Amino acid sequence: MTAPPLLEVREVTKTFGGVIALNRVSFDLHEGEILGIIGPNGSGKTTVVNCITGFVKVSSGTVLYRGKSITGKPPHKIADLGITRTFQIMRPYYSLPAYKNLVIPLFSGRARRTGGWRGGGRLGDRHTVGIDILEDIGFERDSYVPYKTTATLPTGYLKRLELARCLALKPEVILCDEIFSGLSMSEIASMVPLIERLQMDGVTLIMIEHRLRELFRVADRVMVFNFGEKLLEGTADEVMADERVRDAYFGSEAADEVMRHA
Amino acid sequence: MDILVYGTINSVALALYALGFALVYGVSRLPNFAHGALYVLSGFITWSALNTLGLPYPLAILLALLATAVIGAVIYQFVLIRVRGMEISEIIASYAIALAILEGIRYVGFRGMTYTLPVFLEGRTTIGGVMVDYHRLLVVAIGAALFAGLWAFTRFTRVGLALRGMAQDERAAMMLGIDSDLMAVVAMALGSALAALAAILLLPLGNIVVESGYNVLILAIAVCIVGGIGSWFGAVIAAFIIGFAQILTVVYLGTHFQMMVALLAIILTLILKPSGLFGQQKELEERV
Amino acid sequence: MAVAQRRRERIDRGIKVRTDGFYALMSWRELGYLTLPRFLLIAGLLALPFLMPSMYWQRVISIVCIYAFLALSFDFLAHFVGLVSLGGAFFVGIGGYMSAVLNTELGLAPMLAIPAATLLGAGVCTLLLLPCLPLRGVYFAIVTLMYPLFAARTIEALDILGGTDGIMGIDSFPGPWIEQYFVIGMLLLAIFGLRRLVNTDFGLVLQAVKDNDQAVRASAMNVTRFKAIAVFIGSAMGCLGGACLVHIYMWAGISQFALDFSVLPIAATVIGGAGTLVGPVLGCLILVPASEMLREFGTLRIVFYSLILVGFIVFRSDGLMVWARRKYHQFERWTEI
Repeated sequence: MTAPPLLEVREVTKTFGGVIALNRVSFDLHEGEILGIIGPNGSGKTTVVNCITGFVKVSSGTVLYRGKSITGKPPHKIADLGITRTFQIMRPYYSLPAYKNLVIPLFSGRARRTGGWRGGGRLGDRHTVGIDILEDIGFERDSYVPYKTTATLPTGYLKRLELARCLALKPEVILCDEIFSGLSMSEIASMVPLIERLQMDGVTLIMIEHRLRELFRVADRVMVFNFGEKLLEGTADEVMADERVRDAYFGSEAADEVMRHA
Repeated sequence: MDILVYGTINSVALALYALGFALVYGVSRLPNFAHGALYVLSGFITWSALNTLGLPYPLAILLALLATAVIGAVIYQFVLIRVRGMEISEIIASYAIALAILEGIRYVGFRGMTYTLPVFLEGRTTIGGVMVDYHRLLVVAIGAALFAGLWAFTRFTRVGLALRGMAQDERAAMMLGIDSDLMAVVAMALGSALAALAAILLLPLGNIVVESGYNVLILAIAVCIVGGIGSWFGAVIAAFIIGFAQILTVVYLGTHFQMMVALLAIILTLILKPSGLFGQQKELEERV
Repeated sequence: MAVAQRRRERIDRGIKVRTDGFYALMSWRELGYLTLPRFLLIAGLLALPFLMPSMYWQRVISIVCIYAFLALSFDFLAHFVGLVSLGGAFFVGIGGYMSAVLNTELGLAPMLAIPAATLLGAGVCTLLLLPCLPLRGVYFAIVTLMYPLFAARTIEALDILGGTDGIMGIDSFPGPWIEQYFVIGMLLLAIFGLRRLVNTDFGLVLQAVKDNDQAVRASAMNVTRFKAIAVFIGSAMGCLGGACLVHIYMWAGISQFALDFSVLPIAATVIGGAGTLVGPVLGCLILVPASEMLREFGTLRIVFYSLILVGFIVFRSDGLMVWARRKYHQFERWTEI
């Protein structure tokens, strides 16, 4: 822990009306790591992502990125710094062909500066770069898939498209909101190496997941949320061993079950 | 004192305009741009029933209420139900219906002459040194009774509860066995009848003119937006805010500015706090 | 590396040709098939003043073009950016008054006043609409509906810009032919310019804003900025229409904020075919002359359009242009058996 953290979340609180969605949450994200966030439904996992990426305004607290405050900045400014996100409910542009989905992020200032994923500082023809990114993320280039209307693509490809949208911005941080949920076992199996490769390419990731087994395989650290508060953080084993987590989240029998598989 | 008395009366009038619109929007998320048109239409139905058919006044009122409710239900059942959920089509279709009704009325010949409805009670009294006629007092009284009645209706009757259920969550209501299409028709009929009631109460205070259809629509929208969509309490508060603001501008700036108050209120509210004073929708929507 | 690059290009080109509908033009017949509709539109519009040379119809043609600007503006904003503006009259009024003031106060000739009013007016409209841009769907529609009313009442109440009488003594176009060919030329420019614009990457981003603005935000782009640019383009067309109108009637008044300018373009768009850009123009070509012919029926005209409009919306018709396009494509594959 010598390098300063990439992203620091300090005492962030968010209330919706009277409901406290997040209560004084603090954590650090270090460069190059994969941080997993787990917790029961409604425990504030997605709200954390929304707060960091500026989609909702935090009620109090600060978020620092590379030591500078990004609290209260609009989403597009935060994304411009390289903090990108995927949406839990996927939000592609359904009426466009898949590769044209990537023309939109590639139109942004950040993509022009960086040249997109593996762009090397110069942005080529947006359509070609778009297809390159799709190929990189697992769309078969020599098939019709990248050209199909997005509305006709299956969930697995849509999740990849969400990731591809982040990659088009040449991200430094990706916040993945349940990227595995809704996928079949084989689709997840092909997604895991992708995540590992992103980490090898130097991208820092926060992953919100319900699929614990896959998450524990890739995540360096795991945080547990409950009722809008950070219950604890640690390695996968530490988290699984903790009584509070097992009671609050899994119910003890289910936890044993997960442990056996993990 | 002048301002207080006439402000109250004006506010009640605004709340009456808005009630039907708020009901329909609250229950079926349908911005019924034909609301003002139904208002004017019911005025002319009453007038025709009185003067052309020669019915007694109470019967004419009853006829107008029923006819407007049926027209509202028919409009919903045969036109608007087909575009439900497509916001833009809803607006355009209901606005086109409004235009058709209003300009149709204009064409049939209700223009030029002055058309008036008789007041319920002749005579006037003074409250704190201000002359007020009985009819205006009656409007306030009936208005208050109406709010109380509607409140009770939505809380203690099966239909009222079903309407509230729809307003909160249509899908959940459907799963509980509430026929959402039927309830939407009921809401529309009720909303139209409320428009008619507002017309019958308020039109005797002035002339029936086609243009008032547009004004009523704007005022109703203004009240609903300022108050927060889906909040009845907010609508009443907003009616009072806008009502008093209007009277104040009339007194201090002139009648020309009266309508601008409502427009300004809409624009300012939408820009500053799109959910209105008492609406909670926007905040929830943000939860991506 | 270069080999891999060439391989990728070869794969892409092969698939793209088949999916994007690029044609290899094999014969004059196919070339004709592609260009005929465009040619018909251009030639038809340019020939209109010759086909109907009477004073009365000349005026109608100019008015058709002005409504066509508005319909284009509505179609562009509603179907390519997702901003449903019910306040076309606001653009007309601002453009009209702007041109009137430039002409009467500063003495600019109409041919200078119109472009200046178009740009300045669009700037003013964009600035005034800027606070409303974050609003979505119904709310934006309601606010834009209020703007022309508000503008008209302000002029009335403050008695500025000629008050209820309007501004009189505005110069007309140098001649009726110049008038018509100016508006027709500008209309053609607008149609083809917009068509080109919506197919660029920028147009794609606008469409993305319509589909799903959160994702655009997550893609590091300022949605409001793109909407503002789109509103500038849309309102420029409306202002252009208004500026031309003022110089045709030689008068600017509150009636430029009237409902007609908001409603008729929408009706024309729905009838002509929403989202086609050419359809709305076609709709105006049908509706405006029809409304001129029905002038003696007075307000019944409005009833008549409203009912047509309701019919088209309720039966979810795609509009004439979409239908015509489908038929035209069928006609291409026609074979005798």
